[in-house]
Amino acid sequence: MSRILQFLFGRLPIGWLQLSHNRGRFIGALTGVAFANLLIFVQLGIMNAVAGATLKPYEFFTADIMISAEDANALNEGSNVARQWMLMALSDPQVTDGIGLLVANLPWERDTGSISLTTFGIDPGMTTLLSPDIASRVDLLRLKDAVLLDRRARSIGRDEAAGIRPQTPLRFESDGRSLSIQDTFSGGGGFGGDGYLFTSDQTFLSLFPARQSGAPDHILLRVHPFANVAQVIDRLQNLIPDKTLRIRSYAEAQAQDLTYQQRQKPTGVIFGFGVLIGVMVGLVIVYQVLSSDVADHISEYATFKAMGYGPAFFMSIILEEALVLGLLGFIPGVMAGTGLLALMAKVTSLPLTMTVSMAVTVFVGTVVFSVASGMVATRRVIAADPANLF
Amino acid sequence: MKHEYPIVLKGLNHWFGTGDIRKQAIFHLDMSLPQGSFTVLMGPSGSGKTTVLTLVGALRAVEEGSVRLMGTELHAADEAVLRWARRQIGFIFQAHNLHESLTATQNVMMGAMVHSGVADAPARAAARHALDLVGLSHRLDYLPEKLSGGQKQRVAVARALVGNPSIILADEPTAALDKDSAAEVVDLLVRLGRERGTTTLMVTHDNRILERADQIMTLEDGRLVKTETSRSP
Ligand SMILES: Nc1ncnc2c1ncn2[C@@H]1O[C@H](COP(=O)(O)OP(=O)(O)O)[C@@H](O)[C@H]1O
Ligand SMILES: [Mg+2]
Repeated sequence: MSRILQFLFGRLPIGWLQLSHNRGRFIGALTGVAFANLLIFVQLGIMNAVAGATLKPYEFFTADIMISAEDANALNEGSNVARQWMLMALSDPQVTDGIGLLVANLPWERDTGSISLTTFGIDPGMTTLLSPDIASRVDLLRLKDAVLLDRRARSIGRDEAAGIRPQTPLRFESDGRSLSIQDTFSGGGGFGGDGYLFTSDQTFLSLFPARQSGAPDHILLRVHPFANVAQVIDRLQNLIPDKTLRIRSYAEAQAQDLTYQQRQKPTGVIFGFGVLIGVMVGLVIVYQVLSSDVADHISEYATFKAMGYGPAFFMSIILEEALVLGLLGFIPGVMAGTGLLALMAKVTSLPLTMTVSMAVTVFVGTVVFSVASGMVATRRVIAADPANLF
Repeated sequence: MKHEYPIVLKGLNHWFGTGDIRKQAIFHLDMSLPQGSFTVLMGPSGSGKTTVLTLVGALRAVEEGSVRLMGTELHAADEAVLRWARRQIGFIFQAHNLHESLTATQNVMMGAMVHSGVADAPARAAARHALDLVGLSHRLDYLPEKLSGGQKQRVAVARALVGNPSIILADEPTAALDKDSAAEVVDLLVRLGRERGTTTLMVTHDNRILERADQIMTLEDGRLVKTETSRSP
């Protein structure tokens, strides 16, 4: 450490020597920084999981444009859309395929407890709008009461999922109706449901008698490979008389869903606050350590000043201290964060993981914030009056 | 061009405080210290000795009159000039003011490295040499807390001398030391100062030091009341 800093700053690593001189305080400070990092990692992990879980179901489809009702902020929220707009959209020369997407939650009473599956009803003939994973199995849905199950849904065991094949379907009852799971695909539990289910529009309508084939929840469209999606959207907005509809590119719909989950839903806002609190805890700790270190060494700093050292020198010492605190606090913080997120993922089956970008963000943030609070702490050093030394 | 003395004070006045409590501490002080001379500044407590040292040492802004250091005016000088001036000076404070988390060698190195372009290795070598001169070659890697009072003050002397300063300013450097340590430290300062041609200004009450001084100046109530010159330098 000493050598690295010596090389980095081209002088004696005074900051490091000063921090490590008072071992008890140093360890306390590092623990504090590590704790703040851990707090941020957990919150960021949850926010990432929200994002991952929000975007997951969009992966099942290969749409270019999505038409939704004004109040449909997420796939499984809001009013539905008239199917006739899809037919109208298909009259655009650049729109090649369209599908009405029916969405509802289906309960499944299992021995281990009840789970709720986000169920998509689709026309099994429209494979071009489905991801390969789903498209390759969608023919199985032509059978009555046939469904495809998310093999990563909560409480579905690995062995149980592995046993589900078209030759050996798994039957289960939901609200008195018997369903037959023909095969599985890869999804994952989210915040709104415990997993996903695919079924034909026919089966869907018989499961949810209140729903109508003429009113799907969303309309998904595919355009010609070389079409300009924005221009197609412009044309559709002119073409379709219902001006309350949201006609968005598929990417934009996902981005807006994500923003909605993170900024408007209480859970997202709470986790966002958690990150903020972690940052503030870290800031306060680093500032406290640096400013009390400055206070303890004020006469030594004044001595350096009397010897002819200038502000740049003092700033570099504080910078060095901030760097040391940020760096050495980050290491245990990232290790504890990785462990804790893995543990939480296991318990919740949410996609909670430490990612490289999270680690880099938190590391850079820690160093930047440490340096910033160090800069504030330096002001007292720069103001130290060497005349009071004699 | 006439070669100027390293320290020249002319018509120096200094005040403390503002408004009603504004009080003059230094009155019309003139002083010239020749190159290589050893000057002792004496006077009762509160007579202004420390104030003079801080003004000469560029630690306090000169308000009225002139302080010239190595030919450079400190009155109204900017921060960069003041820093330059401080680097020409080896300070020895009454309290040693060593950095507690740096070893003896590292503390002394800080005195060498203030001069830009002095790298680590030469600074370390210079620090060792300086500590050797003050008789501490067996304590190079000790932290201040492991050193006696006299040893700490000797480290401070080494730190002041390591950069080969043109000027040494010392404010009662032996006040906190026992008799033997005090004698040793003063001995060092006088001997090393003479060897290097350093101009030294020292505040002290120690009688044994007086006989080794070239000049003894006595301050009373901020006025120079007596100047004795023992021999011409
Ligand atoms: N920082 C200060 N603020 C106000 N008055 C001061 C300050 N420093 C010194 N003085 C006053 O200036 C006078 C000279 O002080 P000083 O130079 O410390 O004397 P000495 O070092 O000879 O004891 C004293 O009257 C003292 O009270
Ligand atoms: Mg004094």
